[in-house]
Amino acid sequence: MAKITCPKCGEQIETDGTITVCPKCGVDLREVIGSLDVDYEERMKTIARDESVTTHEFIVRTRGLKKTYVMGEIEVPALRDIDLDVRRGEYLSIMGPSGSGKSTLFNMIGGLDKPTAGRCFIEEVDMAQLDAFELAWLRCRKIGYIFQTFNLIPVMTAIENVTLPMIFAGMGTDEMMERGRELLDLVGLGDRLDHKPYELSGGQQQRVAVARALANSPAIVLADEPTGNLDLHTGKEIIDLLKELNRASGVTVISATHDLKMIDVSDRVVHIRDGEIERIEQRHEIELEVGGMGA
Amino acid sequence: MLDVKGLAKAAGGGGKEEIKIQRQITLPWSEAVRISVRNVTIRLGRTMITASGIVLGIAFLSSVWTSSVIQDGLQRAQLQQERELVEATARGQGESENANIENFTGISEEEQQAESSKRVWLVVMSLLVCGVGITNAMLMSVTERFREIGTMKCLGALDSFIVRLFLIEAVALGILGSVVGTILGHIAMLGIFSLRERSLSVAAKMDWGQMLVYLLLCILVGTVLSLVSAIAPAVRAARMRPAAALQTEI
Ligand SMILES: Nc1ncnc2c1ncn2[C@@H]1O[C@H](COP(=O)(O)OP(=O)(O)OP(=O)(O)O)[C@@H](O)[C@H]1O
Ligand SMILES: [Mg+2]
Repeated sequence: MAKITCPKCGEQIETDGTITVCPKCGVDLREVIGSLDVDYEERMKTIARDESVTTHEFIVRTRGLKKTYVMGEIEVPALRDIDLDVRRGEYLSIMGPSGSGKSTLFNMIGGLDKPTAGRCFIEEVDMAQLDAFELAWLRCRKIGYIFQTFNLIPVMTAIENVTLPMIFAGMGTDEMMERGRELLDLVGLGDRLDHKPYELSGGQQQRVAVARALANSPAIVLADEPTGNLDLHTGKEIIDLLKELNRASGVTVISATHDLKMIDVSDRVVHIRDGEIERIEQRHEIELEVGGMGA
Repeated sequence: MLDVKGLAKAAGGGGKEEIKIQRQITLPWSEAVRISVRNVTIRLGRTMITASGIVLGIAFLSSVWTSSVIQDGLQRAQLQQERELVEATARGQGESENANIENFTGISEEEQQAESSKRVWLVVMSLLVCGVGITNAMLMSVTERFREIGTMKCLGALDSFIVRLFLIEAVALGILGSVVGTILGHIAMLGIFSLRERSLSVAAKMDWGQMLVYLLLCILVGTVLSLVSAIAPAVRAARMRPAAALQTEI
């Protein structure tokens, strides 16, 4: 919430960013709201726990992250004490058997659920301190999500799905359509702009989802078993696409999986079991392992 | 082959050369209306089912009101006839019996009162039927879209966007359903009375001005009812944590 002053009629307007025209004289306020972002950045900095860190080496950090689901009388511990540092530009895979807590961790890092205890920092900003509007901003601008079940909006065409986050981000229509087209072209669906999800194969739907995740140039792409519903070959294509993205643009990719194909594109692999980090494999160990498999 | 240059442009590069667009979250009304109306028109089958609750309720209300306007019209016509008859006889007998005219005509006061309280009862009943039907339909249509709502929140939608989308949808559905329901109920009653009276003069005898007011009222009631009954489920859905919304299976 912030107070802004209309440049034309001087009206004081209380805004949470959802009002873009002056209610009194109808003048476009987006520029004024845009300048508020300085304040927003300031606020982000003050919220950040460690102010001495200016260029954050770690884009995501978790400290003592716990999540316990309570189902009636029973408590199900899904995550116990996760301490994880993710470097900027890294391709990180989270491996573990079913029920080990991968999706739960994905939800915590993505700000989709609140931890029972512990903290999660995105660019040194403690997520627990963000209000609903700032969380939405974070999800819209900083993070791109990819799901196992694709989760495209069924009534929207490919390009509408891709441009939806851009609408939320306040992008103009022409710019939006052009970027949407560019992104779909990039994932190899330049000729499928107006197809509905059900007119596309699973692999193509996931490509649309990848394009959508990139809509607002996120710093992090979070993928929860992106290949879980795809066959071997199509799954590999999606992984290669993610890896290519990571390599070319430096976007941080965090991907939960129990798919061994994911391993040899990863910079690091975090193995979790029963909600705890079992071990972390570095790149050279992975290479050894993959090499060993080939021999 | 992948276009690497395009890729570099596609993602934010970890925030290094971030494009400076306005840092805000919006859903312009025009976009919201577009999305909602598409939702209504594309899921036509689903829309029909949801709308049928509204159609039935409002058709009932509309038929009750139509029949009351028709009955009033018939009564007035009858009254007119009797009065003319009495006047004709009175003219023959002289002015003195004029005072008795009222006694010949219409139904008694008690009967009228019973009739009107029966009507109020019917209207209240039909409103209840309407309300329950619409609330139920809205609840269903929101519940089966939890996953979609969760996805939208992941893409940066504020709770208020979700509520806005569902309310616009409810209004669209409300207008659609109640226009259809109003017409159906009206035509059904006109048909029934025409058959009963064995003449098409029913329509000629009724007060169309009053009828129109009632028909518009039907549409208004249906729209407002569906809007009001959508608020609770929409707000509940919007407040869900995205993780919970995404997890729901139907
Ligand atoms: N909403 C919930 N309510 C209760 N328990 C839950 C809920 N979500 C997850 N759990 C439990 O938490 C644990 C971790 O689940 P999670 O979904 O994170 O596993 P996962 O590693 O993603 O598994 P999979 O590979 O099958 O997707 C499981 O024991 C699961 O039963
Ligand atoms: Mg999972």
